[in-house]
Amino acid sequence: MKYIRIIPRLDIKGPNLVKGIHLEGLRVLGKPEDFAKLYYKQGADELIYQDTVASLYQRNSLTDIITKTAKNIFIPITVGGGLRTLDDINKVLRSGADKVAINTAAINNPSFITEASRAFGSSTIVVTIETIKQPDNSYLAYTDNGREHTGIDAIAWAKEAEERGAGEILLTSIDQEGTGIGFDLELIKQVSDCVTIPVIAHGGGANESHIYESIKNSGADAVAIASMLHYAALNRNGSLVGNYDDEGNTEFLKKKGSFKMFGGENITDIKDQLNKQDIPLRILN
Amino acid sequence: MDVAIIDYKMSNLFSVQAACQKVGLSSVITTNKNEILDAKIAILPGVGAFGEAMKYLGDSKLDETIFQFVDSGKPFVGICLGLQLLFESSEEFGNYSGLGLVKGKVRKFQFYSNNSVKYPVPQIGWNKIKQMDVSWTDSLLCNNINNDFMYFVHSYYVEPEDKQVILTTTNYGNQEYCSSVQYNNIFASQFHPEKSGEIGLKIYQQLKTNLSDK
Repeated sequence: MKYIRIIPRLDIKGPNLVKGIHLEGLRVLGKPEDFAKLYYKQGADELIYQDTVASLYQRNSLTDIITKTAKNIFIPITVGGGLRTLDDINKVLRSGADKVAINTAAINNPSFITEASRAFGSSTIVVTIETIKQPDNSYLAYTDNGREHTGIDAIAWAKEAEERGAGEILLTSIDQEGTGIGFDLELIKQVSDCVTIPVIAHGGGANESHIYESIKNSGADAVAIASMLHYAALNRNGSLVGNYDDEGNTEFLKKKGSFKMFGGENITDIKDQLNKQDIPLRILN
Repeated sequence: MDVAIIDYKMSNLFSVQAACQKVGLSSVITTNKNEILDAKIAILPGVGAFGEAMKYLGDSKLDETIFQFVDSGKPFVGICLGLQLLFESSEEFGNYSGLGLVKGKVRKFQFYSNNSVKYPVPQIGWNKIKQMDVSWTDSLLCNNINNDFMYFVHSYYVEPEDKQVILTTTNYGNQEYCSSVQYNNIFASQFHPEKSGEIGLKIYQQLKTNLSDK
């Protein structure tokens, strides 16, 4: 049996958990380690920590947060954002990450995937592909959270990443990301059909039926979800609210905002619902 | 020191150490022969390539330290690649000899798809452990139950010659494979107990309990 993974994705800026739309306009939501703990209890299958600015400023501020998390949370943690050298990867793994996700550095230098998978094992290396759909319906890969156009065809790139030793593909639709309108099913299907490594679908999921479609119609092996969990977590868990460093765009929290499109979803319920629809998942006893 | 976590520069040792700490076992990440031999428990973790790991173990003479530790009769735990390395040989990128502590081979998963469900290689994710003929009562799995979910990351699996060493099997694609073994004082699993949530921590808890009972 193959069990589908539900993976909360936590975008991080400095010390805070943030969330944007199309990977931009990042709002501060709270402390990543608090949300991580909650998701662990709810039955998250893994976690993804994405440092949203490391790539831009070529710095890496994540290691403290990773260590705090990995001491208490016994599920795999994938960390991405600004990892450019084998040393960078080693540092993140030593601070408690289990896998690393690379995008910009891989596109700039594809042999980095080969080197990294040789040094740390294929299954440690996740290649992130962030895509924007083009007017002719093709998908191109972008770097630096969708800021930089590369001209590289995303589907061909996925195939190449696999050949070079990537263990998994984390596939983001920038068009759908943060919007809650559902995953880009066509994108996921095209990538999933052309590789034999696992594909993690990301971008646009707001409810169980979106997740269901991405698995049944498009062959996703795992889904990464963010807004649908974070906003619900804030609505339901008073203790999460108000714990953040006053850095970045904190207006949303200060105004005690709520995001109506998302809400009412926690991992336990999502998994129960999907399980009833015959999607094999790990259910906590 | 309770636990020596054998460091061969290839894996996430942090989570193994965090799990030890969680259940109250003191631990050290080490390549030092005396530190390993003095520990009450040795853990051989691992992610990465079989050939490179064997080369490192050989060059650093850690292989001899492992043989000596296993001979002492103290609990020895292998995880993931640390399970595979115990076998005689692997077909990873050609053919490599392993430590040969358990008779059998390491084989590669074949990509498989059925009714439009694809089984990617590597297998990455949660899967169930099934009890075989061998009882779990006297093993580190004594607090676990049939069909417990554990976390797996691997492209290769072990095939022991002697079926009596097989503690659990797991199904993936059209394959039922050995996912953990018990052989004398060796317990080794393909899954990562330290990445398998509270269910996996039970295995570390039992390591601690066994020490306290002595």
